[in-house]
Amino acid sequence: MKVTEKDVAYVADLANLELSGEERAGMVRDLNSILGYIERLNELDTSKVEPMAEVSDRYGVDESKQGSERFAYASREDVPEGLRKSLPQEIALENAPDTDGMFFRVPKVIER
Amino acid sequence: MELTQLTIDSARSAVQERKTTALALTEAHYARIQKEDGQIGAFLTLCKERALEQAGRIDRMAAEGKPLSPLGGVPVGIKDVMSTRGVRTTAGSKILGKYVPPYDCTAVARMEAAGAVVLGKTNCDEFAMGSSNENSAFHPVRNPRELSRVPGGSSGGSAAAVAADMAVAALGSDTGGSIRQPASFCGVVGLMPTYGRVSRYGLIAFASSLDHIGPLAKTVKDAAIVLRTIAGRDPMDSTSADVPVPDYVAELEKPVRGLKLGVAKEYFGDGLDDEVRHAVELAIDKLKGLGCQVVPVSLPHTAYAIPTYYLIATAEASSNLARYDGVRYSYRAPGVKSLSEMYRCTRDEGFGAEVKRRIMLGTYALSAGYYDAYYLKAQKVRTLLTRDFEEAFRKVDAIVTPTSPTAAFRLGEKSNDPLAMYLADIYTVTADLAGIPGISIPCGETKEKLPIGLQILGKHFAEATILRVAHAYEQAA
Repeated sequence: MKVTEKDVAYVADLANLELSGEERAGMVRDLNSILGYIERLNELDTSKVEPMAEVSDRYGVDESKQGSERFAYASREDVPEGLRKSLPQEIALENAPDTDGMFFRVPKVIER
Repeated sequence: MELTQLTIDSARSAVQERKTTALALTEAHYARIQKEDGQIGAFLTLCKERALEQAGRIDRMAAEGKPLSPLGGVPVGIKDVMSTRGVRTTAGSKILGKYVPPYDCTAVARMEAAGAVVLGKTNCDEFAMGSSNENSAFHPVRNPRELSRVPGGSSGGSAAAVAADMAVAALGSDTGGSIRQPASFCGVVGLMPTYGRVSRYGLIAFASSLDHIGPLAKTVKDAAIVLRTIAGRDPMDSTSADVPVPDYVAELEKPVRGLKLGVAKEYFGDGLDDEVRHAVELAIDKLKGLGCQVVPVSLPHTAYAIPTYYLIATAEASSNLARYDGVRYSYRAPGVKSLSEMYRCTRDEGFGAEVKRRIMLGTYALSAGYYDAYYLKAQKVRTLLTRDFEEAFRKVDAIVTPTSPTAAFRLGEKSNDPLAMYLADIYTVTADLAGIPGISIPCGETKEKLPIGLQILGKHFAEATILRVAHAYEQAA
């Protein structure tokens, strides 16, 4: 067992999840099973391999250009309006569970 | 003319030539949904008002003799991970149960601008995380071919809607196989385009470096029409590629004779069902008969794709799903007294088991002390997997494989074993990691009459090639 109940509690805390006692036990079991399978990646020597974060820096770009020049098409003028107008405040707040009409409202932040 | 059995072209022409109306087409599909969807469960939300308004607009154009756009009057479904202004968009999650987006996803806007009539939002696994559609927070989807079977996932609602004639076509999203695998299970065509080919603006993010929007359709030509409509640079998505969009429909008619098709032994190993193997081998023979040359290729890192995928996808998901905190979107747990209690209780009650499992795995893989061993390691293996394809595509124009190792499995069969469920994506996740396009087309069925899918993978931005091969096979089959 690689992942312990203590690890699960720590990671749940990082992820802002509460998890019931039963869920925690299930999580220990599932994470160990999945991570056990994932272990097989260690069969590969990747010491000389570059990591790949995404594909769009490798394909569909103008190969004759270098660095950020390749992505010049994705840049735009830095104007306050951006590409489209910002949402009006009341629309931006429409899906919020609690507002005062001007701002999102949340429970007390500082606990004493 | 059976209104719910038309292809995109035949539906559009019928409206254009006034043999029917967009309104009649729309009503016929709603009637079909009313009749069939109680037992299938493909739709989560219908947007009749929006659909009828669009249908009316198309009919007025047709009445005035104006030429209709390529999707003029065609009723479609949209996977519920794509934002629709004023229409509830849940991502199959309780946490977005009442969320109504204030803007449209670019792909949806392009579909409507081309005349499509959006019938409603289709069911899916919660946040597109799943391979069976059993992870929907609302209800599962059943396979229209056999109701005891899953439709695949996560775009199970989109696939089932098309398979059951409840929509002419649908949009889905594919992060680890979520368009192609359900297309295969339901016996329809499903296309995942190259990463960056279609804008992700307005797509509820699961794993941003892997998420793709694409069509599910009744024919390869229909998939080509939808792709032509939604593809192309969108300034609202900085990862959408600045690559010209060819006329995918015109390209379908080019000959396939002489094309080199790769067959990789890694996709025909242990775990592949015999009936699926047999059907795919027959399909490859048929393509050979059409003049394609079959060439053995090797994709040696294939066995490492699932572990790589489940580290990268979950790491990105743990970050993307941090935004669901009870402040801005729809659901907040009741009765909470502090901010931290609000976060925890909202997420605890709002997310389902699989989503929590993936957030936990992703958070673990990114946490201090494990980042190098898991996340960075996976990113390096992603390079190796991508190089496998680069090597293979030096020799061949496309690669043919089974879409899924088995036909549709039973509801409940894998739902208690996350790892077994993940392995249902073993032939599809590689393309997501490498960002290459892939299509699944029907290639026969099992003795139990369950559909089998043939997957065709292509080079980056070579959708026209895989569509052409798929079309040739479909015409010959």
